[in-house]
Amino acid sequence: MLSQLWAIVQRDLLSEWRAREVVIGMLVMALLTLLVFNFAFDLTGAQRVASGSGAFWVAVVFATLLGFGRATALERQEGAWEGLLLSPVERPVIFLAKLVSMLSFVVVVEAVALVVMAVLFGLPVFRSGVLVVLALGTLGLCTLGTLFSVMTAQAKAREVLLPALLFPLAIPVVISAVRGTVLELSGFSAEAAPWKSLLGGFVVLFFSLSLVTFGAVAEE
Amino acid sequence: MTVRQRGVDWLAVLGGASFVLVALSVAMIFVYAPADATQGDVQRLFYLHLPAAWLAYLSFFIIFVSSIAYLLRGRPLWDRLARSAAELGFIFTTLVLLTGSIWGRPIWGTWWTWDARLTTTLILWFIYLGYFLLRSYVSDPERGARYAAVLGIVGFVDIPIIHMSVRWWRTLHPQPIVVRSEGPAMPTEMLVTMLVTLVAFCVLYVFLLWVKYRIETARDEVLALRAAVEG
Repeated sequence: MLSQLWAIVQRDLLSEWRAREVVIGMLVMALLTLLVFNFAFDLTGAQRVASGSGAFWVAVVFATLLGFGRATALERQEGAWEGLLLSPVERPVIFLAKLVSMLSFVVVVEAVALVVMAVLFGLPVFRSGVLVVLALGTLGLCTLGTLFSVMTAQAKAREVLLPALLFPLAIPVVISAVRGTVLELSGFSAEAAPWKSLLGGFVVLFFSLSLVTFGAVAEE
Repeated sequence: MTVRQRGVDWLAVLGGASFVLVALSVAMIFVYAPADATQGDVQRLFYLHLPAAWLAYLSFFIIFVSSIAYLLRGRPLWDRLARSAAELGFIFTTLVLLTGSIWGRPIWGTWWTWDARLTTTLILWFIYLGYFLLRSYVSDPERGARYAAVLGIVGFVDIPIIHMSVRWWRTLHPQPIVVRSEGPAMPTEMLVTMLVTLVAFCVLYVFLLWVKYRIETARDEVLALRAAVEG
């Protein structure tokens, strides 16, 4: 099972390494979002922790959406997806593999965005607490995103449909991630704990739910 | 599948009953129930607001249950039930938001406040919207039904979490003091009016759900016939 998982992830990473279509697009999107937010809100003054965390997460959410859109579009070319479904791999393994591939893309984008945040806005982002919130939030977002991106892959107006499904359902992730990041950046780790548990619960719940329902989604 | 009427036409009975009950509750809302001492006549919106909120969430529960049944059994009747409940749920969610807004303007002094319940209901409204978009954008009906079932399950499970996160988010923020509706105990006339309205809305809901279910059944038949003809 692990070898199957690794084979799919390897294929995704390799094709991304050769084309560099998904991550570059996501990165540009994330950085431009941070730039625009810099003009929209004051990211240097007293409010910079609150605004910065918000800007960071909006950038991550936008970049993730874009990444899912691109990745599924690429997947559907040349019958790659059908081939994957025909291969003797259990559906949950396909889900896991897609999740891992997308996570690795998002993590690259987040790493760069964090450095940009640290340099431009002078925020102490490389704290273990912040990174935990970041990891949980990303996991939650990508879990739902993987499920929905497969559902929207063959729909008309896919670019409209994916955000329409993902945004409302990912609201707990966005709220807890932003609040958790703000509290961790301000040094209130104890206050951030409930947000981290909420994120953790969300991840566990929707991860298991996605594994169960993915079979119904990836059935052509 | 044709619907043959033999003996009592229960749908017509239900329709008649809901008409009478709704007429009765409207009369009670405007004549029988006293005007609220502090809120005045605006409070009468509450009789409409509460059952609508109730049915908005009940619809989502029906979608949840029939989605699970559909994924397990794959019978189209569960999908039709989910479709019917979704449309009614969307209407009632819209009604809740509208009546709440109209009530909030004179009482709270604002059309909208980011209170946990309001926010959750607004997100519920958006989930319903996504549900319809998903159904209409996926061209293969069978696949659309499966996808919608997954969304129905995931969305329903998400609602309590959304509510919890929004509530925490609010309590951690400075918040304007909101006049809560659960003030003094309700006088008997108000309570009776509310109960009658609640019953009337529930009967109306069952009636509408049934009608909608028959429409969806007919629609599926038409689609199947057309597919057979064009074959």
